[in-house]
Amino acid sequence: MTRFVLGRIGFYTLIAVLLAFFTIPLLWLVTAPFTSDPTYKVSVPDFTLDNFRAIAEHPYALPSLWNSVLLSAGTALLVVILAALAAYALSRVRLPGRDALLYTLLLLSSIITGTAAMVPLFQLAVQLNLIDSQLGLILILTGGLLPAAIFMMKDFMDATPKSYEESARVFGATPLQIVRHVVVPLVRPGLATIGVWAVANVWGNFLMPYLLLSDVEKQPAAVITYTLYTEGGQANLSMLSTFGLLYSIPVVLMYLFVSKKYGFRFHGGIKR
Amino acid sequence: MAQATSPPEVVRESGQARRYNSDAAGLGRLRAGAFAAPALLLIAVFLVFPALWVLYLGLTNYRLTGIAAAEPQFVGLDNLISAVSDPTFWSSTWLTVQFVLGSAVIGQVGLGFAIAWLLRDRQGPLKRLVEGLVILAWILPSAIVSFLWVALLDRDGGTLNALLSTPQFAPLLDHPMLSIIVFNTWRGTAFSMMLYGAALGNVPPSHLESARLAGASGWQQLRDVVFPHIRGHILTNLLLISLWTFNDFTPFLLTAGGPDGQSEVLAVHVYKVALQGGELGYGAAVSTIILLINLVVAVFYLRLLRSKK
Amino acid sequence: MAAIELRGLSKVYPGGVKALDSLDLAIPDGEFFALLGPSGCGKTTLLRTIAGLETATGGAVVIGERDVTGVQPGARDIAMVFQDYALFPHMDVTDNISYPLRIKKVGKGPRREKAAEVGARLGLEHLMDRRPGQLSGGQQQRVALARVMATQAQAFLFDEPLSNLDARLRLEARTFLKKLQRELGVTTVFVTHDQAEALAMADRMAVMEAGHIRQIGTPAEVFQRPANTFVAGFIGSTPMNLLDGTVRGDTLEVAGCKVAVPVTAEGRLSDGEKIVYGVRPEYMAYSAAPAEGAFGGRVVIVENLGASHLVTLEAGDVSVQAVVPEGNEPAVGDDGYAVPRRDRALIYRDGDLV
Repeated sequence: MTRFVLGRIGFYTLIAVLLAFFTIPLLWLVTAPFTSDPTYKVSVPDFTLDNFRAIAEHPYALPSLWNSVLLSAGTALLVVILAALAAYALSRVRLPGRDALLYTLLLLSSIITGTAAMVPLFQLAVQLNLIDSQLGLILILTGGLLPAAIFMMKDFMDATPKSYEESARVFGATPLQIVRHVVVPLVRPGLATIGVWAVANVWGNFLMPYLLLSDVEKQPAAVITYTLYTEGGQANLSMLSTFGLLYSIPVVLMYLFVSKKYGFRFHGGIKR
Repeated sequence: MAQATSPPEVVRESGQARRYNSDAAGLGRLRAGAFAAPALLLIAVFLVFPALWVLYLGLTNYRLTGIAAAEPQFVGLDNLISAVSDPTFWSSTWLTVQFVLGSAVIGQVGLGFAIAWLLRDRQGPLKRLVEGLVILAWILPSAIVSFLWVALLDRDGGTLNALLSTPQFAPLLDHPMLSIIVFNTWRGTAFSMMLYGAALGNVPPSHLESARLAGASGWQQLRDVVFPHIRGHILTNLLLISLWTFNDFTPFLLTAGGPDGQSEVLAVHVYKVALQGGELGYGAAVSTIILLINLVVAVFYLRLLRSKK
Repeated sequence: MAAIELRGLSKVYPGGVKALDSLDLAIPDGEFFALLGPSGCGKTTLLRTIAGLETATGGAVVIGERDVTGVQPGARDIAMVFQDYALFPHMDVTDNISYPLRIKKVGKGPRREKAAEVGARLGLEHLMDRRPGQLSGGQQQRVALARVMATQAQAFLFDEPLSNLDARLRLEARTFLKKLQRELGVTTVFVTHDQAEALAMADRMAVMEAGHIRQIGTPAEVFQRPANTFVAGFIGSTPMNLLDGTVRGDTLEVAGCKVAVPVTAEGRLSDGEKIVYGVRPEYMAYSAAPAEGAFGGRVVIVENLGASHLVTLEAGDVSVQAVVPEGNEPAVGDDGYAVPRRDRALIYRDGDLV
């Protein structure tokens, strides 16, 4: 009996420590935006909305969120379309060297990271005149995400029975009709998953836009946040916290959406 | 650039299915090639080419500005040699080892497993709350969470000092490595927690029950029943998070490598030397080393995936 | 409607596996034809080759008067029901049934009309707005049938149409399918691994093994006179007794017993010849008392088949089975005697029927 009670006490103590560890760093993000003249210290907010009014007037804050939207949506769209086409072809047709290609893609997606490739990517962007080009950044981000996306998509495609397509084919549908009428609706959950995954990846990415976009008007929220707290003198905390909250909310909403819709179970390649 | 992603397991076609023509829509090779081409082209230009170029750049004295920028000279293995004979490279490597071991192998794996184990039989709001917070730390943009920790650890007005009543204590300046290790543990535990949560869910309850009937203590159950079942998951998890942590650039947002290079892990080192210092050739040589280490870990990982089949 | 003809049809897979080995087969217009065989015998490959989903590596497929060997599946004027029915999960029943018409660019109005008409014929009228996921297995099967009916195709191909139904439903669906095919009169080829299904439904059938057709005939022919020991062993719900024997003058010595030469083999055997004697358990007269020309032995197993029993005798060192009507079954350990019917017993020489 005492052992049981001690066990309970131990359990809840551990849980309390864990909760404190994971909550305390986050508190500031939800209190400071509603506090007039916030400091680094977490304090009870006075529920002002002045900070939000101020941020609307900031020349780069809201535009940078829009830039984040542009970059994420553009990349996600490209990734979904290109990965779906490639994955379908690779899943259904035995192209020569397919298995080796897939293995190489898998390897590439793991080893060529931003860290390893930042030097040549910067070079490449300079050579191709893609510095300060959002389109260029979208292409580079897409190239980085595609191998993993193709792999995940191919999994979805492989798991889809071929009889649907064969059935449509016997009824006389052309390959493109089959893709439109049958394949795309069947793998829609897969397309959505890849889309969300790509958006989440780009939305939080700091290194690539930091490297390749130097024009403040083109920079996404990740870079603007960093600029806000490193540039000259005392950081504007009300601005930073409010902006941070606005920048974080879409990610949280997306997470809630995914976990509601698909159940955020552990899934092979889904990382942020 | 891409977060490294865990490659999903390869689904093998069953022998029976393989016998039939898999081209169910009658796509044909030509159209299939056209379908795959745009994606492969982007990958070739923006992923494969840079990786190959980094190998070449590492062999030149390329610089961002100056004479060497206009006409880079081929210098062979000089960069590599100067890298391995440079003490800052070795100190960066040592810091990276600490970072990976401390935050990924000990921090994330340990904490992730502990949370999954504590919550294994629980349902309901407490479990959702804990998991939700851990996952929140993982999904928020890195620029935001970095600043949250800067605020937390600030010397003058940080919440930590207020809580501990230790004014003027400046972890980011006095203990920069410890700070980013704790930070990254906090940041990345979610992945391990979810992986072990799923793995523990797959341990057959009958095995645990029979161990309990035999009178095994909690620790004995863990050692004799749970661990053998999730050994594969542990190895997978270790390789993946080591790879990610090794390539993580987020410490830059927290300490920018400072003070005085005390938290300059390799990822930050490359950035500072190549893009701030302009020595692209030297930076590329270090990048090559990073690529090689990634390659070794990734090949290990793929081997493991295959052997599971 | 059209006849289907296969001429020297072959399918060799890249690895060199011969899935179909130079098959000839003629299925007349309007026939209900079964392709029967164990798994891996090539029956599904044959069906898919007729459909055009697999490409033949030799020979020809002729549907009606037209050689369609190199023609795309969609242009062969055939319709197919897949084993899993392949109903599109994102379309309701109406859209599923009318999908073939959508491909033929029939307008939306006529399409819905046709779907409603065919659906009503199969008793689906109250399900037309449902998605396949909301239907039972039997209902899904009828939607799949409605969809092929909407095509007005020359021939229907069914791949294991009943295997996804549970046992009781399968019997109902068997009757339903046979009746439907009668009414429509469309040439229909169906694949099955279940010999009872083939016997029950088909007008004629082909029994396949390892890429070859072992016998073609009506169910009665295939059941009563299997052309070889493979078919003999495969057809029938209780396996045929196949016993090694020797010709001794004008009788046979089989399993240590003397039995008469079957009617069909009379005068076609030579003395001393080694043969295989085949007789179905159903064609044995069982008695507890010794009888002339009987297999005698000890009863080792008695299995209840419902209205009858399957009795296994140990005659010498081989087992002989006989079906015994209810009420007459022996107890295990009894001595029993089974007299084969001379007009139903068969002789196989080197595996083929004499």
